[in-house]
Formats: sequence, C-alpha cells, structure tokens
Amino acid sequence: MEFLTPTSMQEALEAKSAHPDAKPILGGTDVMVELNFDRCRPATLLDLTRIPELAEWGRDNGSIKLGAGVSYTRVIAELADQLPGLAMASRTVGSPQIRNRGTVGGNLGAASPAGDSHPALLAADAEIELRSVNGLRRLPATEFYTGVKRHAGRDDELITAVHITPPSGPQQFCKIGTRNAMVISVSAFSIALHPDRSEVRTGIGSAAPTPRRAVDAETWLAAALEANGLWESRGALPEGLAREFAGLVAAAASPIDDVRGTAAYRLHSLSVMARRSLGWVWNDYASGQEH
Amino acid sequence: MTTTPQTRPDKAAVKGADRTDVTPGGVGDSPSRPDGILKVTGEFSYSSDMWLDDMLWGYTLRSPHPFALIKSIDISEALATAGVFAVLTSEDVPGENFYGLEHADQPVLAKDIVRYQGEPIALVAADHPEIARRAAEKITVEFVVLAPVVDAEVAIGHKPWNPPAESVDAGVDGQVPHLHPNGNLVRHLKLRRGEQDATADVVITGEYEVGMQDQAFLGPESGLAVPDEEGGVDLYVATQWLHVDQRQVCAALGLPPEQVRLTLAGVGGAFGGREDLSMHVHGCMLALRTGKPIKMVYNRLESFFGHVHRHPAKLYYEYGAERSGKLVYARVRMYLDGGAYASSTPAVVGNAGTMGLGPYVIPHVTVDAYGTYSNNPPCGAMRGFGSVQTAFAYEAQMDKLAAELGLDPVAIRQMNALEEGAQVPTGQVIDSAAPVVELLERLKAMPLPSTESDQLDLRRMPGGVSNTTHGEGVKRGVGYAVAYKNVAFSEGFDDYSTARVRLEVSGGDPIVTVHTAAAEVGQGLVTIEQQICRTELGVDSVVVHPKDTSVGSGGSTSASRQTYMTGGAVRHVCGKVRDRVLVLAEASLGRTVSDLRLENGSVVSRSEGVLASIEQVLGDEVVEETDEWRHRPTHGLDPETGQGFAHVQFAFAAHRAVVDVDVELGLVKVVELACAQDVGKAMNPQAVVGQIQGGSAQGMGLALMEEIVIRDGKILNPSFTDYLIPTILDTPPMPIEVLEYADPNAPYGLRGVGEAPTISSGPAIMSAIRAATGLDLTRAPVRPEHITRT
Ligand SMILES: Cc1cc2nc3c(=O)[nH]c(=O)nc-3n(C[C@H](O)[C@H](O)[C@H](O)COP(=O)(O)OP(=O)(O)OC[C@H]3O[C@@H](n4cnc5c(N)ncnc54)[C@H](O)[C@@H]3O)c2cc1C
Repeated sequence: MEFLTPTSMQEALEAKSAHPDAKPILGGTDVMVELNFDRCRPATLLDLTRIPELAEWGRDNGSIKLGAGVSYTRVIAELADQLPGLAMASRTVGSPQIRNRGTVGGNLGAASPAGDSHPALLAADAEIELRSVNGLRRLPATEFYTGVKRHAGRDDELITAVHITPPSGPQQFCKIGTRNAMVISVSAFSIALHPDRSEVRTGIGSAAPTPRRAVDAETWLAAALEANGLWESRGALPEGLAREFAGLVAAAASPIDDVRGTAAYRLHSLSVMARRSLGWVWNDYASGQEH
Repeated sequence: MTTTPQTRPDKAAVKGADRTDVTPGGVGDSPSRPDGILKVTGEFSYSSDMWLDDMLWGYTLRSPHPFALIKSIDISEALATAGVFAVLTSEDVPGENFYGLEHADQPVLAKDIVRYQGEPIALVAADHPEIARRAAEKITVEFVVLAPVVDAEVAIGHKPWNPPAESVDAGVDGQVPHLHPNGNLVRHLKLRRGEQDATADVVITGEYEVGMQDQAFLGPESGLAVPDEEGGVDLYVATQWLHVDQRQVCAALGLPPEQVRLTLAGVGGAFGGREDLSMHVHGCMLALRTGKPIKMVYNRLESFFGHVHRHPAKLYYEYGAERSGKLVYARVRMYLDGGAYASSTPAVVGNAGTMGLGPYVIPHVTVDAYGTYSNNPPCGAMRGFGSVQTAFAYEAQMDKLAAELGLDPVAIRQMNALEEGAQVPTGQVIDSAAPVVELLERLKAMPLPSTESDQLDLRRMPGGVSNTTHGEGVKRGVGYAVAYKNVAFSEGFDDYSTARVRLEVSGGDPIVTVHTAAAEVGQGLVTIEQQICRTELGVDSVVVHPKDTSVGSGGSTSASRQTYMTGGAVRHVCGKVRDRVLVLAEASLGRTVSDLRLENGSVVSRSEGVLASIEQVLGDEVVEETDEWRHRPTHGLDPETGQGFAHVQFAFAAHRAVVDVDVELGLVKVVELACAQDVGKAMNPQAVVGQIQGGSAQGMGLALMEEIVIRDGKILNPSFTDYLIPTILDTPPMPIEVLEYADPNAPYGLRGVGEAPTISSGPAIMSAIRAATGLDLTRAPVRPEHITRT
C-alpha cells in the first residue's frame, strides 16, 4: 500500500488527480475501521493531516469556513456559539478519543445516513466545498448526499471545507441512541430557525437512505409562522402546531427495520424529537436568545 | 459515588471483623493487587501480547451456516499459498474429535455437519496472520444448507416446527431434526414439593423472556502453543480452569497429561466465557504439526463466535397467593436454549430449576426446567447463570402480586422472604444467614436521590447529551429485587482446590511462595492468596507463583467459588506449614509452648510474647506443603422430585434501582443503583465493592441494552458497534452496604461475592421501569420500542 503525505493543498490535489482511486484519510476513525474489517483494500492512502489549510476554520465573507480536517473537539470548544447545531451534533459523536480524531470532513467523506453532522449541516444550509486541480465548487448539502454512503464528490476531488452562514436564529440537534455515549444514532433530527429570511430548515438522520431535509414540514411551518405573524410577535405557538409539524417531519422519512431499531420507532421518535426541538428553538426565539 | 462497606458489630461474629486486629495486607485489609500497577500503566502482558520470534500464526475457518452438511473440503489451494505451513481439518485431529465441559459432544473441527454459525471447520498456520486469514478464504467447503432449529420449545417438540420455507431440507417428515444422537433435550429438571394441585385466592401469571447476553470480556481469546522436542506441547492460554482444559486437550491430542502442560496467560476478563475451550486444541494441533510455536488471537468479530454466551430463556410462571400476600404455590416452566452444544447447559438448568423461585418461601412447588439443543450459538457459563435469567421472572411476579393486592413491593418480598432455618424448594435447610429482610430494609432506609435540579444538565437526562429531552415525558420509578445464588459447584460434584505453600528464608527475610492453578481473571484472587498467607503465616512478603498445571487443580474460576475454595485450600495448607514451623520452633526452644502462633515475622506466644524470628527458627530449612481442600459434600437431586442437599452455600444481594424514563421515547436513565449484600466476611473490602459495582453494571447491561440479536440462527450484531455494553456515562452512582454474617461452614465465614450483584441489578431496573411506565415489560433487555409500543 502506498501512503502519500502531501503537505500543501496543491500537492494534495495533484496527488488525488494522479491517483483518483487513492483513499483520503483525515482522522481515520472510519478508514481504519474499514481497513481492519477488510471492507476495503486501497492501493493508496492519501494522508491529509499535514495540510494546514484543512485543519483551520475562519470567516469568509460573513460565513464560517470550516476546514474539512477540524476535529469535533474543536468544533465543540471553539464554535459552539457560531455553529450551535453542529456543535451539539459533535457532542454526541463517539467518545472523547473519537471526537479528538474525527472530523466533519471525514463524516462527509463517509456519507453514512447515520453520520451525526449531516442533519445539523442540512438545517444550517451548509455548503460543501469540493476542490480538484481544475478548480473549486460549492454544493448545497442537500445536493451532496447521493445514496447510502455515497456523495457527489468526484474521484479527482477532495472535500476541503464546509461553509455555513452563522445563524440568525436558534438551532437544535437531537439523536436517539440506546446508550448515553458511543452509539450510532437510531434516528436524529436537527432544526434551525432562520428569522432573517423567515425560513425553517431541518435535517433528518438515520431514517432514509441519505440524510435529508423534511422540506414539506419546513415550508408548512414557515408559512404557519408567517400567517400567524409569529416571526414578528414571537408569541406562543398555537395549539397543535408542533404536533402537525412533527407529523410532517416523520412523513418525510423512509426508514427501515434493522438491529438498532424498527422503522416504526424511527418514525415515532423523529416526530417526538421534531415536536420537542421546535418547542426549544421557539422558546429561545421567543425569549430573544438568538441561539 | 458512596461506597460504605459496613459491618454489623452486633452480628459480625467473624474473627478479624474488628479492623484493628487485621494483619497489614492480610485478610480484611485492602492491599493493592500485585498486578495492579502493570495493568494501570498498560504494561501487563495479556494472552494476546505473547510473542516468540519463530512463531507462526494460526487461523480458524468457520462455518457461515447455522446448520448444514459438509459434502467436501478442498484445502489444496490454501496449502499451496506461499507462507502457509499447514492446513488441518477434522481428519488431522490426533485423538478424540470431541470435547465438552459436561458432555463431550462438540467436535474440535466439524466433520460432515455444522450445527452453528461460526463452528470451526479447518485451521491454517502461516508466517503472518493476514496470510493465514487469506489462505483460509481459499479453502473450498461444499455445504448442503439445512433449515436451522432456532427455538428451544420447538427443539423438544413443545411447539410445532415450522421451518423456514427456503430450507433445503426441513427434517425427516416435517419432524424437527435431532441435532444430536439422543435428541434435542440436554436436561429436564423436575422439582416437586408439596401439593401438586394446590389452589389459592389470587393467581398471578406471566410469560417472560431474556435475551442472549455476551460476556464481552475485553481480552479476546488467545494463546501460544509451543511444541517440545518429544512430541509434547506447552500451552499458554487465557482460561478459567487450567486442569479441565488440560483433560480435554489431552483427549483431543491423544497425549497424556505429562505431555500437555498448561500455563495461565494474562486474562483480560472471563465472566464464564472462558470455561469452554477456544483455540486450545487448535493451537496445539498446528504446533505439533509444524514443529513451531503457534500464536492464535481472535479479533472481536471472531470472539463473538469463539465463546459461549448466556442462555436466552423463555419462562412461564404461575403463582398462587393468599389475600394477605403469602405465597401458596408456584407452577413454572423454563426453557433455556443451549444452542448447538451442551457446554454448561446441565448446570445452568440445575441452577435455574433449583434457584428460579428466588429467595422466597413457597410451600407447593412444581418446576420443570428444560435445557435444549438448537442451531443457535452455543450457550454456557456466564456470571450468575440460571439465576440471572429466572430473577427477571420471579421478581416481576412479586411486583405483579404486590400490585394485584395493593401491597408495598418491599413488604410483600419481606413477608415471603427466606431466612435462616427455612427450607428451600429442594428441601434443603438454610443453615447460615439469609438476611433477605434486612437487605431490603437497609435499601429502603437509604435516602432517595433528589428529583430536583435547578439547571438543565443533559447528562442527567434519559438520552444524555444526545439532547432528546429537557424534562418532557420523564417519569421516575423505583424498583427492588433480590438475588439468590448457589455458591461453588453443586449436586454432588467433587469440588476441590489444591494449594502449595512454601516458606523459606531468602536474603535474610522470610518469604512465602503460594502456588495454585486457580485462574486469576481480573477478580483479584492473586491478592486474596497473598492476604491469606500473610494472615496465616505472619509473613509480609508473599510471591504468587505463575498459575500452571504443575500443581493440582484449583477448580474453576466461576460460581463465585475461588475465594471460598482456593482461599480455603491456601488457608488449609498454610495451617500445615505453620504447624511444621511451630514444631521447628519448639525444637529450637527445647520445650513445648501451647499458645504459639506466627505473627509479624516472628514466633509469638500469647502469654510470653515474641520468642524468635521466623528466620532464626527456619535457618536453611524450606517448609513446603501441598494439599487438596474440599467444601462439605453436596448430593444429587432426586430425578423425580428434585429434592436433595444440592448446594453448599447461598449468596444474597439486593438492589434498589431509581430510574428516569422518557416514556415518549422509551429511553432510560438509571439515576442510582443501590446494593446491599451479605458477603459473610469482606476478605478484601475494596475488591468486594469492586465486584458489586462491576456485577451491578453487567446486570444493568442485560436489562437495558446487551443482547446478541439472532435471526434464523445467525448473529446480527457481532461487534461492539451494535452489541452495546454500558459506558461510564450510563453507569449511575452506586451506594453500597456490605454485611458480614459469617457462614460457619466457610473459611473465614466468607460467602462468594461475584455473581449475586449481577442477578438482582437488572430485575430491580426492570421493576423501576415498570413503576415509571405502568407497563408490564416482560422482556429483557427492554428496548425503546417496548416502552413506546412502536
Ligand atoms: C468508536 C467509533 C465511534 C463513532 N461514533 C460516531 C458517532 O457517534 N457519530 C458519527 O457520525 N460517527 C461516528 N463514528 C464514525 C466516524 O468517527 C465519523 O464518521 C468521523 O466524522 C470520521 O472522520 P475522520 O476524520 O476520522 O474520517 P476518516 O476515517 O479519515 O475518513 C472517513 C471517510 O471520508 C473519506 N475522506 C476523508 N477525508 C476526505 C476528504 N478530504 N475528501 C474526500 N473524502 C475524504 C475517507 O476516505 C473515508 O471514506 C464513530 C467511529 C468510531 C470508530
């Protein structure tokens, strides 16, 4: 096995272009498991941990640019205010060791329907930055996930960053697991209020072949808030609104039965999380806490 | 975490219970473990760490099918692989191709038929583990796949056989196939006591189910087999009973015990999962064939197929009671699925059948306990076996009865509790403390954790930092359960342990070497052996000889028996050594002194004080003694009535669980898990508390999350990704009270400690969840779906 260790972005992109089948490795918390279980035998590993740019985050035109190689531990410690949903999701990942090594870029590379960052990225309207020697493109998260453990990146591209506009409203992330740490989600849900544009965004995890938004639920809720003048008044949510929203969220999912949970439970738990988390974000919004 | 080992001064009749009297580092003290620092610093050598420069790696090819005929095995391509030194099949087993703890029914390597997914078929030795593994993939096995028998009741004809439609062969004439020559019943225990047609005012029935738990020890199966020049072999292996391994390895290799020597390698946990053989014979076969040392290490995936699990159980209970709450009768049927091979199934049935009504007095009893074969993974020993499964049922019955009569769950348990002098359903009279009433009383008296908290702390919520509730849907419940477990081997088994103790002077100081074959599996037996030698011989410096078969059997490290049995043997042999030293002392003093003992490195007379140092008395003399020690004999059960003096000792523990349940999401947070246990004598109070904490957590795992999920005979979650065990974030504070009511029949009055806490913690949690939700919840582990009904 060849082990490539580029030290600059340019070198990395050239390496990927020269070896399109090379397997990128950031924290290795997915890659090493795959190797150990002999699920893949790559001819080339492309180590991306030596590229300074990937391990940084910063502001870029008003939005946050999160390098693909920033660990969950750092997201929690450094970005909890600016990316609250993602920080909450990061807090639920694995164990301290996994959060020290694991990265949002790696989560995107793995593109598992159970990846915890995805619902938060969807709800925050994140854009994924993909780069190759031929240039750079930014894809909305919704277009990034293409199938079970598949994404829209091309063979010559690397995931280099995530761009997220800091929220104008509160965000929440919830995840069901049958123990309190080190657990793959049975189902997960994230919600973000975007009062600046009177919109709602959601993300659903572990309840469909890919992470996805509950678009009908978002539009319905935004319209209901609009119709009741609630964006401005920040008044209490009408009776039954959260429940109806929750039903629409569940309707957007298409889960399966597996060893971690039944499809029916996934739907049920999604609707409970949707109802509760809407209550929480609305509480925050109503009380003037932006997030 | 509050852990307060307590003694009852008024009742603590054991000598030495008064801690001021304790020999430093001796019995009753909590000296640190001899292997403690090495383990904490990561330097301890576990069985998977062993290494010899010229060794080869062994690998096992296993069956992908739970039930199939083997038509042919072609090893030629594997054998031709560069780096491969040997490929062996059942043809190459030198001796008997069968082994087993109680019945030799399990092939070393499958011949003609496989009876479970993961059954070993062929072995490969190569100069690299990956080469061995890939060569094994090149072995071609032609199977005829059969419809597996996957249900214990179906297996023995108590329910109709409906084989999966896609099966190649559904058994003869639609009859459930016999997996072994004598059919699918391994053991049926019948217990009949009192009137068989008793009636009662109140009748409580329930059907309960317990899933298959895994021992989930962290050190996977591993060992090193080193051939000698004379056709023999030395095996270094992580195990629980060296001599029973040796017996089985000898039979399979066709060699006498002198040529098969076993040494205990560093054991990374056991919990029963190392009572059966794993790589033992395989490693030796490859070593003898290649003439090279063979190392075998299972990875986590293989480990799930490489050891037996806890028997899943189906339990049918009917209790009759008076309106007062007094139990009148019990009618019970239990099915314990032993899987493909017998392993410890007969003993598991023995425990379930005799202990399965819990620590309660019931005059009229009918119990039928069945252990069966099936094509599920083999099940055998795991901490508390037989009692763990049935405790979920008998404690649910007690709660149901209390609810039916509107009585307090603790009161109804106390009203029916066993006590010293009571007769258990086998007719045996309990002849030492049975403080069930007091254990419950003490738990009830402990303060309850508060429900208030000013600030949202997600870690205290069901779901934890996964942020699923900020208090919505959360209901608190409290539940109690009592454990009742036989200690050591029962039913007439000749249960003994051997110890060798040597006292000599080295470098001017007296030093004791204690040598037993009793396995240290993490529980701390090595510390106990040192403590006993210090107390009995008054010598501080005690070396624990490596555990091997050059001394007689120490018996199994299981059934909560080693401190009792090997502790008893060490104490007994220390006594013989001391007698000899005192004879020497009297010889050197030139007179007899009636009240001599060994203390603080000296020969001491109670009346005259220190008379001489041990160095002076011993000089160059080496005093060594070896002997066997037995607990009092037990007897078999009457085959028709199950009556008999079958158990040597009973252990009692009780738990109170406090849980918060998110009733809408079905998620559970155990808020507190309090335990009270009678240990007879806390030989090492810190180790006792450690056993209680660990056992409580393991029982909690079974109640909430631990299950090997099986469909059509196949394991769906053979990894720690989906076989979940509690993490530290799931583990609640555990207030612990330790009682010391001496058992006059046991060394130092001690009672086996290890299993009891594993038995009552899970049922207490289930009881608390029922209290919080108002649901029946008859299956462990309880899944969110059971609570939300989705
Ligand atoms: C014990 C354990 C617990 C875990 N718990 C969780 C959990 O709770 N929630 C969760 O979501 N995940 C969990 N995971 C999975 C894993 O930790 C996460 O998916 C993590 O985000 C992966 O990040 P990484 O940096 O380690 O990725 P890596 O393993 O380095 O890479 C992951 C994948 O992305 C590809 N890749 C990496 N970098 C790039 C790039 N720049 N461009 C394109 N492709 C790339 C790799 O080739 C690989 O396919 C767990 C894993 C383990 C071992």
